[in-house]
Amino acid sequence: MKNGIKNVFDKLGLDTRLLGMIGALLLVWIVFDFYTGGRFLTARNLFNLSVQTASVGVMATGMVFVIVTRHIDLSVGAMLGFVGMLMGALQTFVLPDLLGTGHPMIWIITALFGIALGSLIGAFQGWIIGYLTVPAFIVTLGGLLVWRGAAWWVTSGQTVAPLDATFKLLGGGAEGTLGAMPSWVLGLFAAGAALVLLALSRSRKASHGFVVKPVWAELTVGGIVAALILGYTWLMNSYPLPKGAVKRIYAARGEIVPEGLNLVYGIAIPVLILLLVAAVMTFVASRTRFGRYVYATGGNPEAAELSGINTRLLTVKIFALMGALTGIAAIIASARLGSAANDLGTLDELRVIAAAVIGGTALAGGVGTIYGAILGALIMQSLQSGMAMVGVDAPLQAIVVGVVLVFAVYIDIVYRRRTGL
Amino acid sequence: MKDIQTPLVEMKDIHISFGGVKAVDHVDVHLHAGEVVGLLGHNGAGKSTLIKILSGAYRADGGEILINGEKASINNPRDARSYNIETIYQTLALADNLDAASNLFLGRELVTSLGLVDDDAMEAETRRIMGRLNPNFQKFSDPVSALSGGQRQSVAIARAVYFNARILIMDEPTAALGPQETKMVSELIQKLKAEGIGIFLISHDIHDVMELCDRASVMKNGKLVGTVNVADVTDDDLLAMIILGKNPAEKR
Ligand SMILES: Nc1ncnc2c1ncn2[C@@H]1O[C@H](COP(=O)(O)OP(=O)(O)O)[C@@H](O)[C@H]1O
Ligand SMILES: [Mg+2]
Repeated sequence: MKNGIKNVFDKLGLDTRLLGMIGALLLVWIVFDFYTGGRFLTARNLFNLSVQTASVGVMATGMVFVIVTRHIDLSVGAMLGFVGMLMGALQTFVLPDLLGTGHPMIWIITALFGIALGSLIGAFQGWIIGYLTVPAFIVTLGGLLVWRGAAWWVTSGQTVAPLDATFKLLGGGAEGTLGAMPSWVLGLFAAGAALVLLALSRSRKASHGFVVKPVWAELTVGGIVAALILGYTWLMNSYPLPKGAVKRIYAARGEIVPEGLNLVYGIAIPVLILLLVAAVMTFVASRTRFGRYVYATGGNPEAAELSGINTRLLTVKIFALMGALTGIAAIIASARLGSAANDLGTLDELRVIAAAVIGGTALAGGVGTIYGAILGALIMQSLQSGMAMVGVDAPLQAIVVGVVLVFAVYIDIVYRRRTGL
Repeated sequence: MKDIQTPLVEMKDIHISFGGVKAVDHVDVHLHAGEVVGLLGHNGAGKSTLIKILSGAYRADGGEILINGEKASINNPRDARSYNIETIYQTLALADNLDAASNLFLGRELVTSLGLVDDDAMEAETRRIMGRLNPNFQKFSDPVSALSGGQRQSVAIARAVYFNARILIMDEPTAALGPQETKMVSELIQKLKAEGIGIFLISHDIHDVMELCDRASVMKNGKLVGTVNVADVTDDDLLAMIILGKNPAEKR
């Protein structure tokens, strides 16, 4: 019987670590749903959960590459604060004077500026690590202090508010969502794309004469993926916007709310950003030379070097990418708050590292997945939100998260030893 | 005997130190096309260091390398590859977390028309070359950490052979192999030699050297003891060179 089940999983080609993480997530969800009397697994809470996960999730995908190459980045939280402050100042104090308040280009210029600045800071740190060979731990520990200090300096500690109205949509909230119709279009498109990719991969393998999974296994995997995407879309589309928010939206347009209208949230824009980042990063990891070199260098730096890979330049690129993703996370985090404060992103470096590590990224290098890091971020956020809902004291929350982190890594080590990977 | 044709590789007056250790101390070796030159010596004699200078892993403190009589500048492994120098390192230099195909093509991935890594094409090529080199090899989708020593070695050998080397460096290629696989490597060396490839073979097995090599250079404490035509010497002569650092040419 046990062998039968294992056989089915083998045929499905699902990796057991992924199943383990999904199992852990479901367990956390069910436990909290029980202790909150059914308030946890609601459209509203899962909406909030996914929005809260976005910023850390985006950074965690980059942290995978950093940790896979045996580095660490302790500066991302502080960098997020610094980039967030400069973006806040740019869109509130500089651009309105140049372009006029509420100009539609403000959010685009601000966002591009934030991503570019993050890449630049990351590349600079990566250069010190790769070319001057100062350990990443030290460089980014220094960066943590430098960028947090610099964030304060931008406005001498003043919080910048309010941010540009369009920019704020990037953080989610009542208006920063796709709404019903676009959510369905997106969900159907994503599900369709996933199925097409599976089919293409299968036919490519078959054309080389490799053994492929049985059709039923392929269909099952495809079915599960499509069901998850569409299920999430449906759930988000079943979360109604409060009447007050609907009124505000229509009032802003100078219209009155039509009789009997019920608007829903749909998929939040920051979640859309996270999904796009995840798709791009997964693609980079598995289909580009850069991604291949990241994993090769993590597995054996000397072998990578002997294969002609410029591992120093690779280090610069990895940290620049981490910086760009931190820029995106800064957009989400500041937009969500509607303001930029110099303590934005405090302790995020620990959340990001924990997400990557809980998601199966090995500090010894060479191993780690993008989906794992996002699942890790979701597990962490679920724990924190859940404990807050249940009314666990903040100090105890920290203790639980710390214990879970160590325990998760221990489980991973045991798993790896068993499977010999 | 004076060489008539220009050698494929000449390493002249090569020296390098690590800290105070003179790992390679003013050594000259050369290699002709279609020739197998054995490099012998105790552990720590400097054999690996010498060939790592040729493969671009180390930069010599001094000396020069000529390829086909022309001065070559080899500053990194990419330069060496551009001279069609392929190397099987003693440590194998495999990324343990990647599969055989990713290792075989590391640094020179096959890509699709869009420039994307084409894993399926690489696996197909890997299956093809492994079918010739080591037909028993089946673990194409496992990371190489899951392979036996012999299987790992055959991945490293496949990588060196696949890319049409003109100069092949083999640093103890049979160290982890069983007798069956060792025999296969011997046959491979003879076949590559017949194709006109020049081979530096580092080995501890005097018998292998006597059988496979045309000439042998012996090193001791970073210095070259001497280079002999294998046909002119006995096993004992070679052993004397390795152990005592005595050149048989001198005793005559
Ligand atoms: N990267 C290095 N750093 C310091 N010392 C080295 C390094 N590589 C080799 N050596 C030293 O150089 C000498 C020659 O080593 P090696 O070339 O590996 O010898 P062999 O391959 O003949 O056994 C040894 O004393 C070794 O310790
Ligand atoms: Mg050696």
